[in-house]
Amino acid sequence: MFSLLRSMWLVFLHMFHKRETYQYPEQKAPLPARWRGRIALTRDPDGGERCVGCYLCAAACPVDCISLQATEAEDGRRYPLFFRINFSRCIFCGFCEEACPTYAIQLLPDYEMAEYNRQNLVYEKEDLLINSEGKYPGYNYYRVAGMAIQGKDKGQAEQEEPPVDIKSLLP
Amino acid sequence: MNTGHYWLVIGGVLFVLLNTAAGLIWLERRMLALWQDRYGPNRAGPFGLLVVLADTIKLFFKEDWIPPFADKVVFVFAPAVVVASVLMSFTVIPFAPNVVVADFNVGLLFFLAMSSMGVYSIVLGGWASNNKYALLGAMRGASQMISYEVFMGLSLMGVVVLSGSFNLREIVEAQRGGWYILPQCIGFLIFFIAGIAETHRLPFDIPEAESELVAGFHAEYSGMKFGMFFIGEYMGITLISAMVVTLYFGGWLGPAFLPPVIWFVLKTFVFIMLFILLRASMPRPRYDQLMEYGWKILFPLSLVNLMVTAAIKLISNE
Repeated sequence: MFSLLRSMWLVFLHMFHKRETYQYPEQKAPLPARWRGRIALTRDPDGGERCVGCYLCAAACPVDCISLQATEAEDGRRYPLFFRINFSRCIFCGFCEEACPTYAIQLLPDYEMAEYNRQNLVYEKEDLLINSEGKYPGYNYYRVAGMAIQGKDKGQAEQEEPPVDIKSLLP
Repeated sequence: MNTGHYWLVIGGVLFVLLNTAAGLIWLERRMLALWQDRYGPNRAGPFGLLVVLADTIKLFFKEDWIPPFADKVVFVFAPAVVVASVLMSFTVIPFAPNVVVADFNVGLLFFLAMSSMGVYSIVLGGWASNNKYALLGAMRGASQMISYEVFMGLSLMGVVVLSGSFNLREIVEAQRGGWYILPQCIGFLIFFIAGIAETHRLPFDIPEAESELVAGFHAEYSGMKFGMFFIGEYMGITLISAMVVTLYFGGWLGPAFLPPVIWFVLKTFVFIMLFILLRASMPRPRYDQLMEYGWKILFPLSLVNLMVTAAIKLISNE
């Protein structure tokens, strides 16, 4: 009986405690920097697209919400002709971010994407591309990759030796 | 009392009661939220008060569905019983010296009879729904009723012995010398516990038990029929609070700087808040635990209370 009265009193005292509620539209919850929200395509420091159209994100996606078509520019860089994410399917698991070899696809702490029209949830490349390097500033895929593009031949990447001529005996 | 005054009282009581029942929806949600460190409904209107209006409009526009497997007549009839029986009980409650709908000589008996009618709506509603959860809820409602109804009546007899009347107005008048909460504190506790069980409120919402029985006896109800059960429950809270105030806390008696009706409303409000606080803090017992508790502890206790009260009354009269 005493414990019942005590618990009633303790519950009553909660009236004067601090509220736990965030009054959402006016007061937003603080999100961690690595919170998995809206997906964005980042750019490299030169302003070019990081995405090389490798399809790894589309393969990793458990709900198949990513579709893209890779193509190649004249300078030898690969880029996606179109890149489309259907956010009405996306479950914000972040697998695409983990799969991406060039740090192009990144999840941002932003979740306010509600739409009245379902079709508006399909984001095209123009909607996804952001003018930022995201969580990996200074990273440029073609500078560290061994692939030859216009203006950078094989062996000219950072921390890369010139290729060895295996048919020659000279040191 | 002339006829004009009479109709005014009836209209006023009905108006205040139905609005109180609606307002309690907001009050309960708001208070529960406060006691759980939340805000509760605070968007619609000032302090979220218009949430009551929104709820009512929603209930009216919901599909009023009667399941094809239900017993249609009883299914429609059941929700009306609870509201009607609670409203009938209110006729005998003296809100102020001259504000009472029916000044019965057996007002207390009338209250007991009418409030125990309320369980019919649970049993009939659960039976007519033809649904296993509803039936389980109805069965629990019946078992709960046979465990609390006896000591509920007996606990009130102490008050009757002290005041020498079944008339609620005379019971209030008899408390001018001192409220009955002091000589009848055990009777008050027993009646309050029985009252919680009577209104099927937490911790004794065993027939409803949404965590085990979906929604218990009203699992199949929707729209305004569900609304009737809801309104009946909230009016039941008001009724038990008003009865506790009338029988043990001096009804409309109080210092003269406030009119009697205000005293009555204030005291009733305190007990309504206590009901909500109980919901916020108590776990629900099993229904066999409630029966055991009722028959083995509260029933003998109320008998002892009655006997001791009667003995003291006899001795002090000689």
